[in-house]
Amino acid sequence: MTSAEAVPPAPILELVALHKNFGPLKVLDGIDLAVRPRELVFVIGPSGSGKSTLLRCCNRLEEPDSGAVIVDGADIMRPGTDLNAVRQKIGMVFQSFNLYPHMTALGNVTLALRKVQGLARDAAEARGRAALAQVGLADKENSYPNALSGGQQQRVGIARALALGPKIVLFDEPTSALDPELVGSVLAVMRELKAAGMTMVVVSHELAFARAAADRVVFMEGGRIVEQGSPEAIFGNPREARTRAFVSRLSQGHG
Amino acid sequence: MDNGLERLVFAFFNAEIAAAWAPKILEGMWVTILVSLAVVATGLALGLALAALRAYRIGPVDVAIVAFVDILRALPPLVVIIILFFAFPYLDLPMSAFTATWLSLSLVLAAFAEEIWWAGILAVPRGQWEAARSTGLGFGATLGYVVLPQAVRMTVPPLVNRVIAVTKGTALGSVVALSEIVSQASSAASLAGNPTPLTLGAAAYLAIFVPVVVLGRWLETRFAWKR
Amino acid sequence: MAEILDTFFNIEILLRVLPFILEGLGMTLLLCAITVPIGLAGGLAVAWVWSLKKRYVNWALVVYVDFFRAFPPLVLLIFVYFGLPFVGVDLSPFAAVAIAFLLNASSYYGEIFRAGIESVPHGQWEAARASGLSRFQTMRYVVLPQATRNVLPDLIGNTLEVVKLTTIASVVALGELLHAARLAQSLVYNPTPIVAAALIYLALLWPAVRLLRHFEHRHLVAR
Repeated sequence: MTSAEAVPPAPILELVALHKNFGPLKVLDGIDLAVRPRELVFVIGPSGSGKSTLLRCCNRLEEPDSGAVIVDGADIMRPGTDLNAVRQKIGMVFQSFNLYPHMTALGNVTLALRKVQGLARDAAEARGRAALAQVGLADKENSYPNALSGGQQQRVGIARALALGPKIVLFDEPTSALDPELVGSVLAVMRELKAAGMTMVVVSHELAFARAAADRVVFMEGGRIVEQGSPEAIFGNPREARTRAFVSRLSQGHG
Repeated sequence: MDNGLERLVFAFFNAEIAAAWAPKILEGMWVTILVSLAVVATGLALGLALAALRAYRIGPVDVAIVAFVDILRALPPLVVIIILFFAFPYLDLPMSAFTATWLSLSLVLAAFAEEIWWAGILAVPRGQWEAARSTGLGFGATLGYVVLPQAVRMTVPPLVNRVIAVTKGTALGSVVALSEIVSQASSAASLAGNPTPLTLGAAAYLAIFVPVVVLGRWLETRFAWKR
Repeated sequence: MAEILDTFFNIEILLRVLPFILEGLGMTLLLCAITVPIGLAGGLAVAWVWSLKKRYVNWALVVYVDFFRAFPPLVLLIFVYFGLPFVGVDLSPFAAVAIAFLLNASSYYGEIFRAGIESVPHGQWEAARASGLSRFQTMRYVVLPQATRNVLPDLIGNTLEVVKLTTIASVVALGELLHAARLAQSLVYNPTPIVAAALIYLALLWPAVRLLRHFEHRHLVAR
């Protein structure tokens, strides 16, 4: 395991035959996906294709019906798994930010550091400040969410995930709720993260960002992975007709 | 006309009688404040505990809590006080007037507070739970640090109104001879043969509760929820 | 268990005091039939005066409402019933209760109606006045129906409180349900009458509590 240079590195996150039904609806219908270290996997697909559910199954915010979710070598579906410990390794960024409105930016970022990782206030705040600085909000640590713009709120959301020192960060449509002029600041932070070597899974409609930053694009429809490949392959020369139709619709929609 | 006014002043604002009975009314005021504080502390603590417990959604516990809340919302507080004071001694559980009043009103306040806070917990968006759980906070920690603080804050106005309404009910303690303001004032009035002690009693209530009502109005604006 | 039942729910005793209790229930229902309408009418009057938006009048209304929010209704009743005779105004228990409830309940109902009227968009006033309706007609036919629907849960909640509050009439020896039950209890030296009264209150008011719960939850879902 230590001579990782010789063989391809083990995936940080691996989904095996993942199934999830909402009543009669098959939201995830046998997903297999492996995310390797430092990789940015970009997930696209029509609404209702199961993208968000896929992300939410990775840290079991949503319970998969069957299949395996292997994080850093351990199947977290196994009974007796300490989920709260696993979730320290998986950061998550939400579409609607979900910042705690009764806490400052720093309070949002340090809560889990103090209450789950058990850091003393000083140590937690030092790490929280570093995380806020990383997203360019060092001067906003005492601001409450309602005093921040949407873009700033989402960057605090990213800092909250980063502060825990995760091995992978999941982004669930991180810019969909933002006014267009605020999207850039969030994407810039994500680009920096990628450059710094963070492993990321991103569900989004920002195709330009995918072209520039993604290592792999996954197209989902009807709870299955229809096609995956490099951004050039998926956007330039998709094999499947469904992928082509979706990609052309999406690029038109975004000018 | 003049004569009527004189009579009114003599009856309700008799300085001599007021001076004579003021110490009794002050004693009653002290008891009223003591019971009120005890009721607020116990009632709110129990209400919060029940609301938190209900968040765990354990079937039989839920049913028990809902039944408790329904019964204490439907029963007049005076009936609860009288049951505890007059009926429990038959079980060899005699209660002092203080205990009966305090316990009854605490239970009533707890029932209302539980319902208000539970509504608040339900009103906290799901995303708050998910964000907290995604950072590894457990159910209890999420409830305690993330959800309850928001639920409590957004329910300040109805809660303040309810706290005022229930603590005013300490006057009902007079029915079981708790020596609070009403008891002291009405026995003083009949001993003095003059209603001035009643005026004093009314003034004592205003002295206690007007500040609370004003504080309540201030709290309502202070905690008006911004998102 | 049998012993507890024998003490708290003694059928024999219950049957003996039942006519008495039922008479008390009748008085309680009569009290409700009087106090709720006068409270509502007083509340509407308060809200109407408030809607005229006369600055000093409205300050006076805030004082009026806060005064009765701070004043225990029992104290009010005692003041009216035991105090007024000293200045030559002798009231029957029933009249004393009616006056006390008019003052107390109208301030609460008034606040509720005020909030309801405030919740109706200003455009409704303008549209109605533009069509030639008078102030009163606008209030009566356009604003109040919407306002009432908006605050219906609060109105029901307050009515529940008013009904529960009729128990304080027992203090001025008005023979309502609680008073009858206490009298019966002291006669038979057994708590069954009080337990029976409690059960009657529960049966009477539990549906209102359920209804309120339904409203509260619907309100939350609507958010």
